[in-house]
Amino acid sequence: MSAQVAAPHSVLFDAPGPKMRRTIGFVNLGGGLVILAIIAWAGWRLDQVGQLSAYRWSVVIERDTWVYYLLPGLLHTLEAAAIAVVGAILFGLVFGVGRLSQNALVRLVTGAVVEFFRAVPVLLMMIFLWYFLPGIYSGLGWVHPPDPSFVAVVIALILYNGSVCADLIRTGVHNLPSGQGEAAAAIGLTPRQALSSVLVPQALLAMLPALIAQLVVALKDSALGQIIAYSELLNEAVLRGGIIRVLPSLVVAAAMFIIINYTLGKLGEYVGSRMRSRTSQLDPETAEDLPMNVTAKAAATIIESVDQDGYSQAEWRDEPWQDWRGDPLRSHLRLGPEKTDAN
Amino acid sequence: MGFLGGYGQVLAESSVLGAFWVNITLTFWSAIISLVLGTVAAAMRISPFTSLRAVSTLFVNIFRDIPLTVVMVMMSLVVSMALGVQFSNDLNMDAYVLAVIGLGLYHSAFVAEALRSGVNTVPLGQAEAARAIGLTFSQSASLVVLPQAFRGAIAPLGNTLIALIKNTTVATAVGVAAQTSGLMKGMIEIHANYVFAIFMTFALGYVIIVIPVGLATTALSRRLAVKR
Repeated sequence: MSAQVAAPHSVLFDAPGPKMRRTIGFVNLGGGLVILAIIAWAGWRLDQVGQLSAYRWSVVIERDTWVYYLLPGLLHTLEAAAIAVVGAILFGLVFGVGRLSQNALVRLVTGAVVEFFRAVPVLLMMIFLWYFLPGIYSGLGWVHPPDPSFVAVVIALILYNGSVCADLIRTGVHNLPSGQGEAAAAIGLTPRQALSSVLVPQALLAMLPALIAQLVVALKDSALGQIIAYSELLNEAVLRGGIIRVLPSLVVAAAMFIIINYTLGKLGEYVGSRMRSRTSQLDPETAEDLPMNVTAKAAATIIESVDQDGYSQAEWRDEPWQDWRGDPLRSHLRLGPEKTDAN
Repeated sequence: MGFLGGYGQVLAESSVLGAFWVNITLTFWSAIISLVLGTVAAAMRISPFTSLRAVSTLFVNIFRDIPLTVVMVMMSLVVSMALGVQFSNDLNMDAYVLAVIGLGLYHSAFVAEALRSGVNTVPLGQAEAARAIGLTFSQSASLVVLPQAFRGAIAPLGNTLIALIKNTTVATAVGVAAQTSGLMKGMIEIHANYVFAIFMTFALGYVIIVIPVGLATTALSRRLAVKR
């Protein structure tokens, strides 16, 4: 049976022979028994403290649970995450392009902003905004201001995820082959035109799998809203569970989060493998120069450089003052770090 | 008394450094738990035993896709209250242990993935060459594959450490009040007119901690990188 399931990779182990297959069978049997024993023990313990009673678990199938709590909560979670990701892309575009700017001051300021929001915990930003926004509202004289917890969640998510996106765009542009910037310069585009119509669009397409991964991060972080009383899924599940039925209620909410994030994660992997497969048919040596593979190559590099928590590994690699060296366009045009007008 | 003098007073009566120290010790203990659990999970994941791989995959997928806040709220409302698990008679200590366990469980999934991705950076040819020169399984694992795998795992492990440092603020969901997010909330509630200054104090504290850790782990991973 185990021979059917291929090992995830075979760096450490050979394909099992007859003796090893017998060992694997024994270990699987033993492992299965241990797992069953743990499940049985956990069930027995839960039953001992009365957590498996029908009244407690009926919360899962009650109509009110879904209509008044979980589904509205899920809607609020999705709403916050969706707005945050759209905002993060816009924030990332502005600050990512800013970090590629020819103006040293712009690079310095955008770089400092991005590094700041990547280093500050999202929860601190949310708590700060939650207390800070009502003052702003009354200052503006708004009669019907939006819910400060919702706005705090969305802005904090935009600032953090947008900073990650800014780095993704910068890494994406850096990872494009230098021929792209060179060709743009050769047909007479200014550096700004080259960025906006040649380099950034390709980097954006290459970012697609990483953006889906970022959506998962935003969805997970939106649950921090529970701490500042935003009516998202976790908060609603806690409210519905009360004291007696908190276990089943939270288990359902957790399962909803896991299913959504797992599906999105798989979608990101699929998109990523689709983009990488655009190069895999070709000889890597010659493929480097083919324009159709540019995005796929950049995508592969970005995917490698982003871990599940959205932390780009490329993050700390480029010292900001050396940015221009990595920029294919700038190095091609022999532009130094100081501002130079190509025209 | 001017704004600065007034804020100096606020700082003097609150133990900001003490709060950061609580986050650092939270980071330390949960890092140990997540390193141990993550290593076990990664070893199971790369083992040839189907059942162990399945258990490890399930564990990693659950804790990677569940929000940390859900884990922490469950530690508090389910593990502590509903199930009555108690680690200490001291309420603060109890919350601290619950937070460390929650943080450790959550981040162990990321440690496991980091270690597995480290093993995946080792090309198959390395293992084949090791066998070709007659090394046994344990020799090829300990002399050829794992040393390279560990070097490849440093960068993702560093990212996990940074995420952990920042995520210790979520300990507030279990009731660890003495750490940064709890103290910041308390300070803002008392001194509402200094809300921006209070936030910037804590934010800069994290910048000062996180950026050197990021630079250090990147420098380490570069220095130890296997040139291929």
